[in-house]
Amino acid sequence: MTAATGIGARVLRTEDKRFLTGTGRYVDDLPLARATYAHFVRSPHAHAKIKSIDTSAARAMPGVVAIFTGKDIADAKVGGLICGWVVKDKHGQPHKAPPHPVMAADTVRYVGDTVAMVVANSHDEAKDAAEAIKVDYDAKPANVDLAKALDKGAPEVHPEAPGNLIYDWEIGVKADVDAAFAKAAHVTKIDIVNNRLIPNAMEPRAAAAEYDKGTGNYTLWSTSQNPHVLRLILSAFVLGIPEHKLRVIAPDVGGGFGSKIFCYNEETMVTWAASRVGRPIKWTAERSESFQTDAHGRDHVTHAELALDKDGKFLALKVETIANMGAYLSTFSTAVPTYLYATLLAGQYTTPLIYANVKAALTNTAPVDAYRGAGRPEATYVIESIVSKAAKELKMDPADLRRKNFIPSTAFPYQTPVALQYDSGNYPPIIDEAIKIADYKGFEARRAEAKSRGKLRGIGFSSYIEACGLAPSQVIGQLGGGVGQWESAQLKFNPTGNIQILTGAHSHGQGHETTFAQLISDKLGVPMDQIEVVHGDTATTPFGMGSYGSRSLAVGGSAIMKAADKIIAKGKKIAAHLMEASVADVVFENGTFKVAGTDKAVPLGQAVFAAYVPHNYPLAEIEPGMDENAFYDPANFVYPAGTQICEVEIDPETGVVEVVNHTAVDDFGNIINPMIVEGQVHGGIVQGVGQALLENAVYDKETGQLISGSYMDYTMPRADDVPSFKLGYKVTPCPHNPLGVKGCGEAGAIAAPAAVMNAVHDALAPLGVSHVPMPATPLNVWQAIHGARAAAE
Amino acid sequence: MEIKGEYRIAAPRDKVFAALNDPAVLQACIPGCESLEKTSDTEMKAKVRMRIGPVSASFAGKVTLSDIDPPNGYKISGEGQGGAAGFAKGGAVVTLREDAGDTVLNYNVDAQVGGKIAQVGARLIDGTAKKLADEFFGKFAAMVGGAPPVAAVGGTPSADAAPTAAPDTLAPPSPPAAAAQRGYRHWLVIGIGAAVLILIFLASR
Repeated sequence: MTAATGIGARVLRTEDKRFLTGTGRYVDDLPLARATYAHFVRSPHAHAKIKSIDTSAARAMPGVVAIFTGKDIADAKVGGLICGWVVKDKHGQPHKAPPHPVMAADTVRYVGDTVAMVVANSHDEAKDAAEAIKVDYDAKPANVDLAKALDKGAPEVHPEAPGNLIYDWEIGVKADVDAAFAKAAHVTKIDIVNNRLIPNAMEPRAAAAEYDKGTGNYTLWSTSQNPHVLRLILSAFVLGIPEHKLRVIAPDVGGGFGSKIFCYNEETMVTWAASRVGRPIKWTAERSESFQTDAHGRDHVTHAELALDKDGKFLALKVETIANMGAYLSTFSTAVPTYLYATLLAGQYTTPLIYANVKAALTNTAPVDAYRGAGRPEATYVIESIVSKAAKELKMDPADLRRKNFIPSTAFPYQTPVALQYDSGNYPPIIDEAIKIADYKGFEARRAEAKSRGKLRGIGFSSYIEACGLAPSQVIGQLGGGVGQWESAQLKFNPTGNIQILTGAHSHGQGHETTFAQLISDKLGVPMDQIEVVHGDTATTPFGMGSYGSRSLAVGGSAIMKAADKIIAKGKKIAAHLMEASVADVVFENGTFKVAGTDKAVPLGQAVFAAYVPHNYPLAEIEPGMDENAFYDPANFVYPAGTQICEVEIDPETGVVEVVNHTAVDDFGNIINPMIVEGQVHGGIVQGVGQALLENAVYDKETGQLISGSYMDYTMPRADDVPSFKLGYKVTPCPHNPLGVKGCGEAGAIAAPAAVMNAVHDALAPLGVSHVPMPATPLNVWQAIHGARAAAE
Repeated sequence: MEIKGEYRIAAPRDKVFAALNDPAVLQACIPGCESLEKTSDTEMKAKVRMRIGPVSASFAGKVTLSDIDPPNGYKISGEGQGGAAGFAKGGAVVTLREDAGDTVLNYNVDAQVGGKIAQVGARLIDGTAKKLADEFFGKFAAMVGGAPPVAAVGGTPSADAAPTAAPDTLAPPSPPAAAAQRGYRHWLVIGIGAAVLILIFLASR
């Protein structure tokens, strides 16, 4: 029965029926009686003092219900937004934590900063009234250019962070690394910028809030990836509404990629204002607002050096990074360039000594936080760029240099010099498989053929590692994280035998409703159509940590399996009673309890019915009902790894780069639904190709205006920008979770940028090009080609 | 972004300078100027309607004259708030030189915009500012000189026309063809861009 729907089956996504037929229910779809609509007045300046705000004309506009400014928020003593991860700097001091007011009261710090909220009977009326609010600004110099953000004399974003420095953090022992460099036969150096990205989830952020005067209960519908965490932050730190009086619902959510993890101003404002207005308030971001105010991703400036011995063995790695935090510290911003970045710098290699120094800088730009991969794409870009460059410099095959330095499969569990202990892995077969699928041997022939057409063809490798499945709570606590990182599950059978899986994870495109149902279908033998996955509502699901960091299956799925074990254990007792057998003799197979060696059998459904109608039931020994909870705290991160090989063709006349082949071989541990995994890998690669070739969030370096603030100027990848991907898998099951799974949500985006950029560099190497900045747009490529030509002349 | 240009005006320098200080002349010449009202010897209140790409807004602001050096020139600066559209500010250093009975007017404009205009219209600002400057000084030369204006030197945006430049450590040479073709391409791009933007803007309303 379960073969078609169990673990390993390519089950079509059950949720797609409603997504594809337009019957999904998103926050903006909510029919709220007597709803009002919010519109936010935002700063057009990157940095300015607010001299005055005149709302009098706006208040007289038709349909206006209320107007709130930063002063109202300050007067009401609303707490500021928090950064939930305390990173200690190299002197052991906690990071600087400048205030993050829900609405700016006296100073605006980036274009898009919230200045006022208008609530009106309709969205148009709110917008019209917002136009009538007069804000008198005194513009100040803006700190925009990240490379210079920490320079002496740079405009200061917050007085609480002198010199714009949030922390100066390090990992590793610099003296040891320097000593290794002194003995190196070869040193490879790179200077790279990891370009800033705008998340662009298909559904913009939205929030709706309602206050029930009778009970004093608030309900917030939000496009959140983690409704319980959002509620915890709003309750404990910002609004002071007790957790049991605030219900947060994240219904269908159209993509997040990290940007919907965080607690934002707007959802805080509508919740706070709902009780003051006495009517529900709805807000949905316009695309312009999404560009300006969704937490952006990446944005690093890095110098790195790799020391090698005469045989090409890595001796040491040294990395200096400036990471952009934007104008305020978003919810998990401080952790991204430290514990999700520098701790990954060993990659798949045995590099014995690593030193990384990360300086987090404030700038007058939108806050920067986790975005698909969060720190790990940045680490992979550093490692895989420098390894490929070293191979070029040493005239070694890039695959051979990687193989020479891979952690051997016998070395697991492997302790890296940067804190993490890799649980499992076997890297050489992965690159071998990728080389086979990509027909690496035939590449030179393809390069020659491309040349005959006037095209420059290049090939690039990227062998990534990631730590995901966030995460062992005690480790997170030691590193400064403010929350636990377990996950919860509740399996609630109904008397008629169907079942609800209530999960603390949240699906916003990942397909949990299918994957989680497959787990239960496989484990308990319940048909898929008898299983309902419930998520995203703090009032119905157990407290959970939500979805990000490729954690839902490895942690949330493990919690489901733990709860299923409890169901089986209880079912055995019931079945033993019904069959008049000893519990020890009862086995559970294919959805049925049996007594070994006899034909006695009780289907699970019968045991469930007996549990709810306990007429013939061991009530003295066990409680009625079939409803089990489990919380699962992982023993370690999980460590998916893989190799991507990208082939590009470049037109040297126009600088246009075309991705013509892209192979990905991954070790995700055991795979539950290969079709969903493929979808995740495809989407991830496309996002990575987008970063490598197209996407770039650009602020004017002087004025801090967001120049790439619409789809006119911010290029998203489309289907015709990528080839059909070639995928493969190698499986080393995760040894510490019950499913042996590792997580696949971020891998594609983590590995792809380096693979594409290495291919671009390989294609351009014959022209003497040593560096193309990411994204490799036609302009950047063209300029690199002509820069190299000019240098050669 | 900076825009430079030069006009020859068939009028003596004193007359040209006086016109530069005459609110009525300025109002007639400032493109989209709906009102201009003198509040002091060096300050005026202005209302200007402006369209940059998809964003059309009425800017209320003030115009200030400074560095006044009759009859050699002055600096004229403006600053306006366009509500939800954002803000615009800029100035022009104007110098006057006598040449064979005519006056040669040199201008050097810099302009800055913020908010929505910058977000969706950034690519069009160079072109728009150039166009507005041409319109202003063209009309001005015609009005004061009484003859069709002669643009002695075609104004060219002096800043690199590509604000996409990534934070890039290379110092790339400008594409060679671009220098010659920029004017033509620039306008083509602006024309097409403006049309597309307007369509998008209308469609999104």
